Amino acid sequence: MTEPGPNPLFAFRDVTVVAGGHTRLRARSLDIASGGITVITGPSGAGKSTLLRCCNRLVAPTTGRVLYRGTSLADIEPHEHRRQVGMVFQQPVPFPGTVAENLRTVADLDDGEVSELLERVALAPNVAQREATELSGGESQRMCLARTLTTRPSVLLADEPTSSLDPEAAETLERLARSLAESGTTVLWVTHDPAQAKRLGDRHLRLDQPPETAQL
Amino acid sequence: MIAQTGATAPSLWGLAAAGILVALALGVSAWRHLGVGGSIVWAAVRAAAQLAAIGGVLTVVVDDAAPLVWSWCWVVAMVVFAAFTVRRRAPEVPAAFPLALLAFSATSVISLGVLFGFGIFELTPRAVVPLAGMVVGNSLSSTVLAARRTIGEVSDHRDRVEAHLALGLTGRNSVQRELRTAVRTALIPQIETTKSVGLVFLPGAMVGLILAGVEPAEAVRVQLAVMYLILGSVAVTTTVMAIGLSTRLFTADDRLAELPAPE
Repeated sequence: MTEPGPNPLFAFRDVTVVAGGHTRLRARSLDIASGGITVITGPSGAGKSTLLRCCNRLVAPTTGRVLYRGTSLADIEPHEHRRQVGMVFQQPVPFPGTVAENLRTVADLDDGEVSELLERVALAPNVAQREATELSGGESQRMCLARTLTTRPSVLLADEPTSSLDPEAAETLERLARSLAESGTTVLWVTHDPAQAKRLGDRHLRLDQPPETAQL
Repeated sequence: MIAQTGATAPSLWGLAAAGILVALALGVSAWRHLGVGGSIVWAAVRAAAQLAAIGGVLTVVVDDAAPLVWSWCWVVAMVVFAAFTVRRRAPEVPAAFPLALLAFSATSVISLGVLFGFGIFELTPRAVVPLAGMVVGNSLSSTVLAARRTIGEVSDHRDRVEAHLALGLTGRNSVQRELRTAVRTALIPQIETTKSVGLVFLPGAMVGLILAGVEPAEAVRVQLAVMYLILGSVAVTTTVMAIGLSTRLFTADDRLAELPAPE
C-alpha cells in the first residue's frame, strides 16, 4: 500500500462499515492525499460510495476511525465538516423550486452571484428561473454541483456523477472537476469507467471486492 | 347554557329494536360471503359493554357534585390510553408512545385551556370529560397517520434528505418538506370533514343534542365550537408528532438513521 504522504487528507484506520447485515466497506489502512483529482475505482459492492459517504459523514464507521487532516471525524462538528467536504451524488437530486432557490438553500446569494455560479458550471444565467426538477439530467447534475459549491468546499466528493449522463454532458462535468482541482479543490471522483479514470485521475485508488484491501 | 326541552333517549325495547340494524349488517355479510359476521357481533356486543361500563363511571364522574379532579384524572387516563393506542397501531414508529403522550397532552392543555379559559364552556365535570374525549378521540387517527407519513415521506425521499444534510444543514432543517407533506396529509381529512359539515353529514354531537330536545340553533353553536376544537386539536397533535418524530430519525451527529419498514 502506498502512503500518499505524512499528512493525508483522509486516513482510514481499521475501518469497517456494516449496514443491513452486510459489510459495505473494509479499509485497514487507507490514505487519501490532498490536492488534485483522486479517482476511485473498483467493482460494484467494493465500497466506493460508502467510502465517500464516510468522508462526508453521511455514514459512520462501525469500527475503526476516519481521520480528516489528522483529526478523527468523530471529534469534528459534522455540519461545518459537510460544508467543507461537499458531495455530488450519482443521481442528481434537484430540490423542488427554481434553480435560483436551489442555489440559495444554504447561501444568501444575490442574482449576480447566482449567475456567476451558473456560469462556472457551464449553465446559462437564464436557467436560474427554471424549475430545477424540469432540467435535463446533465443540467440537473451541473446545478447540483453549483449548489454544492455554494458552501465553498475545499474538498469535492463526486459519486459517479456522470453515470447517467450522455458523453457530452459527462465531458462538461469532467472539465469542471479539472478546473476545480486546478483552483485548489481536492476532488475524489468515483467511476466505473476505466477510460474516464485514466483521463481524469491524478491519483488512482482501487477498492477490491470483497472489501478487504485498498491500494493507492 | 343549553336549554333542554325534553329527553328522547330510546327505551330498552327501542334499543333492542335498533339491534335490527346489526342483524341487517349480519345479513349483508352472510349474503355476500364477507366473512365478517363474527366481527360484527363482537363489535356490537363490545360497544354495548364498553358504553354501559363507561356510562356507569361517567354517571359518577360528571355528576355536578363530583370533585373536578375526578374529571381531570379521567382526562389523564384518556391521554395515556390514546398514546398506547398509537403505539399499537403504528408499532414501526420509533418512540411512538412518548411522542403521542406529548402530542395529546399538548393539545389537551391548549384546546381545553382555550375552551375554559375564554369561558366558551363552563368548567364543570359535565363539560371537561366529553370535550377532552372529543379532543383526544378525534386526534387519534390523524396522529397515527402523521407518524406513519413522516416515516414514509422521509423514507421515500431519503436521497433528498441526505442531499440537504450533505450541504451542512441540520437533520431538522433537512426534513422540512417531508414534515410539511406528512402533516398536510394527516390534516386534510379533518379539513374536509369541517368543510362538509352540515351539507354532507350532521355530526354526532349535534344529532345527540337535537335528539335530546335542544333547539337546533343552540345545537349548531355547540357543534361549531366542537368542530373548531377538533380542527385545532388535530393540527396540534399532528404537528407535535411529526416534529417530535423528526428528531428521532437522526443520530446525534445528524446522520439519517436506518428507517423502519412500514408494517
